[in-house]
Amino acid sequence: MTADDRTGRGEELVHLAGVDFGYDHHAVLRGVDLSVCERDFIGVVGPSGSGKTTLLRLLLGTNKPQRGTITRTPGIAVGYVPQLETVNWNFPVTVAECVLMARKQRGLPWPSRTDKADIAAVLDRLGIGHLAHRHIRELSGGQQQRMFIARALLRRPRLLLMDEPTSGVDVASRHDMLHLLTDLHSEGVAILITTHDLNGVASHLPRLVAVHGRIVAEGTPREVITPPVLEETFGAPMQVLEHLGMPVVLDLEGNLTPSGSS
Amino acid sequence: MDVLLDPFTYPFFVKGLIVATMAGGLCGLIGVFITLRGMSYIGHGLSHAIFGGFAASSIIAVNYYLGAGLWGLASALAINSVTKRRRIGADAAIGVITTASFALGVALLKFYGSKGPSFDAALFGSVLGITYTDMWILAGVAVFAGIVVFLNYRSLLFATFDPDVADVSGVRVARVDALLMLVLSLSILATLTVIGVTLVAATLVVPAVVARMLTNRFSRMLVLSTIIGAVCGFVGMYLSYHLDVPSGTTIVLTGAAVFGAVMLVTGGRRLQRAGHLDTHTA
Ligand SMILES: Nc1ncnc2c1ncn2[C@@H]1O[C@H](COP(=O)(O)OP(=O)(O)OP(=O)(O)O)[C@@H](O)[C@H]1O
Ligand SMILES: [Mg+2]
Repeated sequence: MTADDRTGRGEELVHLAGVDFGYDHHAVLRGVDLSVCERDFIGVVGPSGSGKTTLLRLLLGTNKPQRGTITRTPGIAVGYVPQLETVNWNFPVTVAECVLMARKQRGLPWPSRTDKADIAAVLDRLGIGHLAHRHIRELSGGQQQRMFIARALLRRPRLLLMDEPTSGVDVASRHDMLHLLTDLHSEGVAILITTHDLNGVASHLPRLVAVHGRIVAEGTPREVITPPVLEETFGAPMQVLEHLGMPVVLDLEGNLTPSGSS
Repeated sequence: MDVLLDPFTYPFFVKGLIVATMAGGLCGLIGVFITLRGMSYIGHGLSHAIFGGFAASSIIAVNYYLGAGLWGLASALAINSVTKRRRIGADAAIGVITTASFALGVALLKFYGSKGPSFDAALFGSVLGITYTDMWILAGVAVFAGIVVFLNYRSLLFATFDPDVADVSGVRVARVDALLMLVLSLSILATLTVIGVTLVAATLVVPAVVARMLTNRFSRMLVLSTIIGAVCGFVGMYLSYHLDVPSGTTIVLTGAAVFGAVMLVTGGRRLQRAGHLDTHTA
């Protein structure tokens, strides 16, 4: 769909058309139409249990649609950074071993000289080079995210899908993470992240998708962060103010909401 | 000193030692994947299922490997298809199929008597029934398992850590899973006579658990578990001769002793690491 080029989003990488998905006959998402294009930087917002992770895994291909179709540009690598809560942290692997999984084995099981150099380079770039031989549990949340970004980058992805990259980290780490993602985006990687944080994260992104069992709204933050959309997505009335040209969400008592950590 | 070295003058015992060492190492190697994948109940079930085939083949005087192998293959396929569907009650179905197969085997042997290895040998392992054919078959299976793990190391690791993501990252997960199931079935088949039906699952689990307590690194866990398994096989078989107890029993008890020793040395601090491994052995 090169027609999308007019919007400046570039060529389409993944396209969902009329997709329904549920677990064991209990429907989670219905009638999802969504495109992710090569110049996209999309934030998916919605309350807990609304289907953000489910949508991400449809884009990734680990969830198969029960109805509708998913088309993907053939041959592209898609990187995936899981929601930390879903990872088995007791699994006996070090950071370097985890990152090496992304490299297809050709011959010997242990890393070749190139593998080692590439892993060291990508870990250094993400600032966790010194942690290569730590067990994956012995990292902070932000470092664990970076490890999975490293694993994704090793495959030179055209699209990076990240589940809650800013949850449970402090303001400075959140800022660093957004900075890193912006860098990757400017290097030509399409990015889609999920987030709970409307004010700290979502309002800074070029494009948003609001999800609650279906796609409630899609567009720029100004189009999506509006009282009607928020009420339908989060099920609670909220007010939206404008500050320095960006929408700021408050609950009816005037508190910043919803908070970034949950 | 003579008493200690005495057994080495008997060819059957030396053969038994070689077989037990290989069997222990093989189970230690495969056991890492089995425990990390939460599949030990499959190992347990499969060994019991194979016992039915063992009994049937011994009665109609068919070669053990042929009879038990076919029976085991059928069970493995049945188990695999049941687990693939991830239906609630898969464990229950596997439990019923495999224990019924085991019970059938017991009934057949009691009724007709065994023409092959004795009842005790089949249940708890024995050094006496082992032939040179058994030894070579086990060696073949061990080499095959080693090659499979060596060539598919990263795929096996990725598919064990995160099968869904591995699947979309170019790993042929279904193929890797099938290979592992094949290696597991062959390993159980080839080690059954020396370790025994009831104790195979323990030899799959114990070395992996001990290795997990000793390291956080996957490659190291694989090597350690294999070595621990082999050492337990060797020492267990040696003790079996001196104590005149079935070899599977002493092999498992040796493993338990190593586990206890590691617990003591590490002060039990590392036990929680292994606590998340799947350790279904009974
Ligand atoms: N593997 C699963 N099996 C069954 N139900 C599931 C599974 N994963 C998610 N669900 C259900 O699907 C719904 C959507 O879950 P999903 O994980 O996509 O939500 P989410 O928006 O990512 O939530 P959160 O913000 O808490 O991460 C929830 O009701 C959840 O209980
Ligand atoms: Mg989620």
